[in-house]
Amino acid sequence: MRQASLLFLVRRLLQIVPVVLAIVALNFFLLRMAPGDVADILAGQMGHATAEFTQQLRQEFGLDRPLYQQFFIYMGKLLTFDLGVSHLQQTPVIVLILDRLPATLILMLTSVVLAVALGVVLGVAAARREGTIADSLISVLALVVYATPAFWLGLMLIVLFSIKLDILPSGGMIQIGAGLKGAAYALDVAWHLILPAATLALFYVAIYTRLMRASMLEVYGLDFIVTARAKGLSETAIAWTHALRNALLPVVTLAGVQFGHLLGGSILVETVFGWPGLGRLVFDALLQRDLNLLLGILFVSSAVVVSANLVVDLIYGLLDPRIVHK
Amino acid sequence: MRGLSTLWMRFRRNRGAVAGAVTLGLVVAAALVGPLLYPVDPFDMVGQPAQPPSASFLLGTDVAGRDILAGILNGARISLLIGVLASLAATVVGVAFGALAGYYGGWVDDVLMRVTEFFLTIPSFVLAVVVVAIFQPSVVTVTAAIAVVSWPSVARLARGEFIAQRGRDYVQGCRAIGMPDWEIILLQIMPNALPPVIVVSSLMVATAILTESGLSFLGLGDPNLVSWGYMIGVARTVLRTSWWMSAIPGAMILVTVLAINLVGEGLNDALNPKLRKR
Amino acid sequence: MSAPVLAVDGLTVEFRTALGTVRAVDDLSFTIGEGETVAIVGESGSGKSTVALALLRLVPDPPGRIVAGRVRLDRQDLLTLDDAEIRKVRGRRMAMIFQDPMMALNPVYTVERQIGEVLRLHLGLPRQQVFDQVVELLRLVGVPAPEDRARQYPHNLSGGMRQRVMIAMALACKPRLLIADEPTTALDVTVQAQVLELIQELKSRLGMAVLLITHDLSIVAETAHRVIVMYTGRKVEEGATAEIFADPRHPYTGGLLGAAKWEENEGNELREIPGAVPSPFDMPRGCSFAPRCAVALARCREHAPALADVAPGRPVRCFVAQEAAR
Repeated sequence: MRQASLLFLVRRLLQIVPVVLAIVALNFFLLRMAPGDVADILAGQMGHATAEFTQQLRQEFGLDRPLYQQFFIYMGKLLTFDLGVSHLQQTPVIVLILDRLPATLILMLTSVVLAVALGVVLGVAAARREGTIADSLISVLALVVYATPAFWLGLMLIVLFSIKLDILPSGGMIQIGAGLKGAAYALDVAWHLILPAATLALFYVAIYTRLMRASMLEVYGLDFIVTARAKGLSETAIAWTHALRNALLPVVTLAGVQFGHLLGGSILVETVFGWPGLGRLVFDALLQRDLNLLLGILFVSSAVVVSANLVVDLIYGLLDPRIVHK
Repeated sequence: MRGLSTLWMRFRRNRGAVAGAVTLGLVVAAALVGPLLYPVDPFDMVGQPAQPPSASFLLGTDVAGRDILAGILNGARISLLIGVLASLAATVVGVAFGALAGYYGGWVDDVLMRVTEFFLTIPSFVLAVVVVAIFQPSVVTVTAAIAVVSWPSVARLARGEFIAQRGRDYVQGCRAIGMPDWEIILLQIMPNALPPVIVVSSLMVATAILTESGLSFLGLGDPNLVSWGYMIGVARTVLRTSWWMSAIPGAMILVTVLAINLVGEGLNDALNPKLRKR
Repeated sequence: MSAPVLAVDGLTVEFRTALGTVRAVDDLSFTIGEGETVAIVGESGSGKSTVALALLRLVPDPPGRIVAGRVRLDRQDLLTLDDAEIRKVRGRRMAMIFQDPMMALNPVYTVERQIGEVLRLHLGLPRQQVFDQVVELLRLVGVPAPEDRARQYPHNLSGGMRQRVMIAMALACKPRLLIADEPTTALDVTVQAQVLELIQELKSRLGMAVLLITHDLSIVAETAHRVIVMYTGRKVEEGATAEIFADPRHPYTGGLLGAAKWEENEGNELREIPGAVPSPFDMPRGCSFAPRCAVALARCREHAPALADVAPGRPVRCFVAQEAAR
């Protein structure tokens, strides 16, 4: 049994390889499609855009070599996790990314947990009260939140909680200059995390609530629910044990698929809240047209998504014993 | 025709869908005739900056003294235009992929679906940001970027429909009489496979509008056009003093997207009455 | 004679639908004595399964409702109990097994968990004793290697094993009455006999009463003491099994017997009674069986017959049979 799981894991990891290769190819392709190259931009920024200087930069970056050579060099570097250098910041891309990744991961993971937990609770509550006012209220709210742009919601939350009520910080990850350590530091981060995480999560709360409600209603139509009732279980026990575990499967699947979308959302939310994560890095890279950095971020985020899918597969196996990892 | 009228009957019974349709109609009308009836250039500085809504400026002015109402009306055009165009493009590409993969199966299916899955793996908003950044923001690149990240879900759906249809008797019959594949795909199967695709495409307009607003909020919109997301991005700098300046365009996005979603769900329920929960 | 285990009196169940109110069970009365097996027989649509659910108050509400009658288990009226009290009856004093054991068992929980749930709920068994007791129950219902089976999931078991698990679950608290709703329909023919035999054997060992609900008269012959024939929600005939088989009085019973014999001889599932059960929205004015009845009189189409004894202990709802007995 354990060996089968291990085999499955190895197989899944091997499946990632073509995905990685495809992303590399796409990166390279996009880089070549860009009008002008880094040398042009950099030379322009440095204020001496002479032909010789630009050519010199090209040579330095290896952009004067034949295309296929550039491709293999790029690939070769990736094998050692070398995503190239941000020519504007004079720093390896991977260093810049790894510096920001933890903040983004904290934000994303908190949001996923929040979104799934709230979505499940609300979805179950709505399904158990199908057709009542509470059910309609939850459904309407979900529909409205589902239509709200996350970045705007973030701004409005700042208006409400930071400006009008003045109870939560409007941005940043830590109180600047407080020099907190240990638990106090963690608490401070958590305090700053509330609004951005809530902003990022709410859209997904809406999705999972709707999905969970539909999924629960479907499970309620299955025979084993009647069995559970015939056994004398209470409706609460049935909802939270027999129905929930079965109804959770589609939600888990979607949460895995959407982990990548969450990363996109975090770009916006991090911009709104000045959260020092990958999203901000994207924004800075955008402003400076630092394509190497942008592509590096695209690469790393895809890797994060692929890993998230892997984790979801494993969770799925835990939730549903019928799934045998072949 | 009979089918359409029953469809309309079912759609009309759904109160949310009707409310959505009416709201959407108003937004579309505002986009079409608004700038004609209210011919103020949204880039012109027409008054003191950051005025709250008043009689002279119904929705106030922004940080550069531009008329927000003019921006809202012109922004409606951009949002709807990009939303619809991007969904159309994504639908065409997605249906083409899905139809070929579903109809032919085998290695064609394998290859096309690998490509589709690959695009589903890349975080869509990140890809859209990168694409727009590389090709410089304009209506065309923004539309293309949104289409590039939206088509895979259509492809999956269309593939499923084509797989379901290709084994049916009428398709076998068409093959038996030697009808060419393209004719079977386009004229025979397509009409049957299209209804669910239409629902997803119409819902995709809403997502596209959200994506567009996010892009232009980041400054990745067409610099020559005012869009709602751009207006929020500009207003953000004065959030502390003039929160309504960000609130108004955001509320417009919300209302428009909500209306499209309601219409899309109404369509879905009307097309699949059996799937409706009591 | 001592009081019956179950006494049903004038049970009437209605379903409210968009097209109108439908009476699924109409003024049904019967009793089941200590150690007795009573069978309710009828085609699908006869309301027999609704009876089973109604006894445990499991008719989904809405749309269903028990509008009249009394259901007494050991003299206690079940219809007046509150939710908490009826839950103490379900699975403890009155248990049920269902048609399709695959669907009736929760796919994501182990056999131990699903049987153990009843033991913990009703008997308050501590966790350590639950496993031993589950194994004991599995052994009782003839599951080989019960220790291993207990740790498995429903999808690991064969259809017959699953039904045995269902029976073990139903018998966990040694109920006074076991309701078996089409317990063998979903099983292979060879397994059918084993399961029926098992129910019979356990009945005598535990001294419980059994209500067998089936469309298949052939399985009734060897198992039931008494047979109740139902058609369109009403009892149309009742009697000792031997008498019913030897001398069916209602034309519908005769038809069912004919169909049963036919099946036996030809191994074919073709129904011998012509026509189909009328739609509940379009009930005939007179006797509901008249449109399919070979001996129907003019008056059968105008007036609905009442239940009347044609012999001691042989109530029949048929003008022709009542006429002949006079």
